[in-house]
Amino acid sequence: MKFVDEFRNPTLGRALAGEILSLVEPGRHYKLMEVCGGHTHAIYKYGVDDLLPANVELVHGPGCPVCVIPMGRVDDAVAIARQPGVIFTCFGDMLRVPGSDHCLLEAKAAGADVRMVYSPLDALRIAKDNPDREVVFLAIGFETTAPSTALTLKRARAEMVHNFSCLCNHVTIVPPLRALLESPDLRLDGFIGPGHVATIVGARPFQFIADDYAKPVVIAGFEPLDILAAIVMILGQIGDGRSEVENQYRRVVPDEGNLRALEVMAEVFTLRPHFEWRGLGFISHSGLRLSDAYADLDAERRFDVPGVRVADPKACQCGEVLKGVIKPWECKVFGSACTPERPIGTCMVSSEGACAAYYNYGRFAREREVL
Amino acid sequence: MTNSAALSAREATVLGIIETARRRRAKFRDPTITMSHGAGGRATQSLIEGLLAPAFANATLDAMADAGALVTGGVELALSTDAFVVSPLQFPGGSIGSLAVHGTINDLAMVGARPLALTLSMILEEGLGADVLGAEVTAIAEAARGADVSVIAGDTKVVERGRADGMYLTTTGVGLRDPRARLSPASLVPGDRILLSGTIGEHGTAIMLARNAFELNAEISSDSCSLWPAVDALLEGVGPSLRCLRDATRGGVASVLNELARSSGVAMVVREADVPVRDAVAGAAEILGIDPLYMANEGKMVVFVAPEVAAEALAALRAVPGCEQAVEIGEVRREPPGMVLLHTSFGGRRVLDQLVGDPLPRIC
Repeated sequence: MKFVDEFRNPTLGRALAGEILSLVEPGRHYKLMEVCGGHTHAIYKYGVDDLLPANVELVHGPGCPVCVIPMGRVDDAVAIARQPGVIFTCFGDMLRVPGSDHCLLEAKAAGADVRMVYSPLDALRIAKDNPDREVVFLAIGFETTAPSTALTLKRARAEMVHNFSCLCNHVTIVPPLRALLESPDLRLDGFIGPGHVATIVGARPFQFIADDYAKPVVIAGFEPLDILAAIVMILGQIGDGRSEVENQYRRVVPDEGNLRALEVMAEVFTLRPHFEWRGLGFISHSGLRLSDAYADLDAERRFDVPGVRVADPKACQCGEVLKGVIKPWECKVFGSACTPERPIGTCMVSSEGACAAYYNYGRFAREREVL
Repeated sequence: MTNSAALSAREATVLGIIETARRRRAKFRDPTITMSHGAGGRATQSLIEGLLAPAFANATLDAMADAGALVTGGVELALSTDAFVVSPLQFPGGSIGSLAVHGTINDLAMVGARPLALTLSMILEEGLGADVLGAEVTAIAEAARGADVSVIAGDTKVVERGRADGMYLTTTGVGLRDPRARLSPASLVPGDRILLSGTIGEHGTAIMLARNAFELNAEISSDSCSLWPAVDALLEGVGPSLRCLRDATRGGVASVLNELARSSGVAMVVREADVPVRDAVAGAAEILGIDPLYMANEGKMVVFVAPEVAAEALAALRAVPGCEQAVEIGEVRREPPGMVLLHTSFGGRRVLDQLVGDPLPRIC
């Protein structure tokens, strides 16, 4: 497949792996965090780990949009989905995220009209096709997906689709990164920056990581060669004693981001004073809600939602996994009580979650494979 | 160093516990049926192993083959049944009618039985167009004629509008076990080669595109066809060295490999670069975030053969029209038992696991 296969070329992969090997100091351990769940998924899917020397460790970060949704928000979604007359729409991954009693897939099996969509515009179309029903879209994601939600809401307004509303769970990437860098139990040598978020926000918002915390950041694409190239660049910075924000994903990410998308977001959304993150607790100015101008399309205001904070299950260590403090398999319930078919924690649900990626793709003792 | 060695030992322990737990018979504990139970992955497995198999326990069923064996008066018969609920009813390359014929006779072929006859039961929804029904009856008749089987009994029920999606079909097939066949999943041994009869993912992709939910256009037709000619050629070419056959329908090639690895207690290694996928299928799979290895096929099978006859088996397959692109994609190993590993085209390794739920797309 053109423009895809080129970025998955095994010969070039081996060449980059050789370069990485030449850049690492033997005896030194390098811990690099890939912020974005898309990277986590790609690393496991292509087996990128196999091309890295043992002393380069990839730590999975908090950038999986499904993983960071707290239980209380799922309960709110289920409560709306159960109301008579409602068609509840969401992305596929959200269907299986556990609430305190049920997930959306179970609510669907019990009679709620829950539909999977690929885009918020699909949800809007369902609203137009069903004028006598209330259609709610469950919006999740970082700055990557927020603009498409914003555009959909603008269109709903322009086309006067009154039976459409949005339960907004959009979050921003910088506040949790700052929280992570402030946490004392984590030592990281550099960051593989989130390429898709950077497409919208640009490279500048990550400058504080280099300036205030003296860590290299390389914004990277999502093909395996992108990831290896970014690792080469990070190791290059470490070797030179530099800490800068570099952009490996120039073919997609402009340094200044997408100004038009940022404008639309600023019009439709406003920062919440604080928002709860799964396992990370409340983080100030980290979540988005609909701005007052769009209040009439806000499902939180249109419907009665419990809005109750629900504590994470005691056994679940999603927070520590999201912060990269523990590996998925170090969690007490990993693979026993918590599996992809019966997840306790969100990290086990999304294919971008560190636990699900490791369980589905990485769950084998490499030295045991008999060749 | 010691620290990281201790760490990896702990990781190995955790993985060992998981492997042991997964080898156990799956329990069925779900309070309600969800779509996952029909997707051919782990939820389907829990339904079969946890509810159905215990209820009907008998030696034939416990073999978990695609068709059941029935020996009577010295004649070895195979019996299989399948229900068809595909939407839309018609799609490029086939329709519910042709699918209902091919699906059931392929299950017979997979146990080395020559399909003889079918029964047909139809559940029709009030309001179904007579032209639609007529077209499907014709499709059934043509597919049966093409596969040299007769439809020898049938039943029709009509339900109120809204109680069925146009029409549902169930076919039951009876076949005669071929004396050249010694097929059994229990016969898989490390070293056996894994062959694929052609390109994968076409049926699943054709259906998804026909639903038009994604506004994607591509020239992809379902691969729906009878696999008996290919099985016949394999039996003729390498007969007793043929270990096991599985058609890669719901859940795709990955699900078939996992089922067999688990039931035979062996490992399998697949070379991703050798798995043939048409460009249009690969493109659709890329956009939808679904791995072609999990996509449904209706005319492709996975073939396990003894290593010394792999080349002969491939040659026999490739001589059959529709199987020209047959290839070897991997082999059976000893360790780790029950698992399927993929050597990725990029040069890394990963687990190729059972499907969990429906193949849901990634969101960003």
